[in-house]
Amino acid sequence: MGLISRMTTFVKVKLSRLLDRVEDPRETLDYAYERQLELLQQVRRGIVDVTTSRRRLELQRAKLQESLDRMTEQARQALSAGREDLARLALERKAIAQQQIADLDRQIQTLEQEQAKLEQAEMRLRAKVEAFRTRKEVIKAQYSAAEAQVKINEAVTGISEEMADVGLALERAEQKTEQLQARASAIDELLTSGALEDLTGTRQDVVERELARISVSSSVEAELAALRQQLGQGESPKSLPEGGQP
Amino acid sequence: MIVRILTEGQYRIESSLFDRLNALDNAIVEAVAAGDEERFRTLLAELLDQVRRHGIPVSPDEFVESDVILPPPDTTIEEARQLFVGDGLIPG
Repeated sequence: MGLISRMTTFVKVKLSRLLDRVEDPRETLDYAYERQLELLQQVRRGIVDVTTSRRRLELQRAKLQESLDRMTEQARQALSAGREDLARLALERKAIAQQQIADLDRQIQTLEQEQAKLEQAEMRLRAKVEAFRTRKEVIKAQYSAAEAQVKINEAVTGISEEMADVGLALERAEQKTEQLQARASAIDELLTSGALEDLTGTRQDVVERELARISVSSSVEAELAALRQQLGQGESPKSLPEGGQP
Repeated sequence: MIVRILTEGQYRIESSLFDRLNALDNAIVEAVAAGDEERFRTLLAELLDQVRRHGIPVSPDEFVESDVILPPPDTTIEEARQLFVGDGLIPG
């Protein structure tokens, strides 16, 4: 069996379970309609959640961006005072902050995509719910007719599939948002404590982490050289490396 | 026939397109079995794109059951694998 038939069977089984609870068909219509309105509310709340999370990440990005200049200035001052060790520390933090900014950019993009998806789902469901409301009244008015039962089944099955679908879109957006929120909280804490050096270890695997370190240290060396030149200092003899320095 | 791309909505397609979709579907199964994530992503994107390109979106005031349901565009290979094992994408 292929992915298509698995997926189709899977959704149909879930839906048939949902539809089993049908009793009085007219009540079913009203019940289905109420459920649609609830789902519409949930999707709207979902959009608000995703937007809030995105704003939070944007705020963090702005804070990190601001801190870059400050760290450069710290490094310059440290170097003027002959404290290369401090200058290195400030520049390392700066390089890590720059990596974080790139990471945040990707996350912000993910949330933008989720937001767009949910907005589309909301529009789709809203149009469907509106059409269902009209259909529901028409069917109820002709309830005595023999065909009403068939129409009710059609309409309810059709809308149930739509609801399961929008519900899935909502759930996936929420999952992604939650993951990013947890990460955003970690960054908030680190921003407050100033311990930016821990950040590279939060999510990446060993290889990514090592690669990030290499990129940090080469960026530190380059910036250090540039600052020395600005300050009119020649290549100073390497001071004794601190423990743990590459 | 009516096809739904999960999280995106329904399309009406010509039955003739279904052969093409089936061929892609078989290739997807192989990619999942081989654990080839890159290939899985490419093929799934191609599968959904065929439907979007050649299908006509179903109007909101039509209440029709889908003949075929396709996974959402952001399905991971892990989720696809779960679908073959038994736990699918739809919770509950």
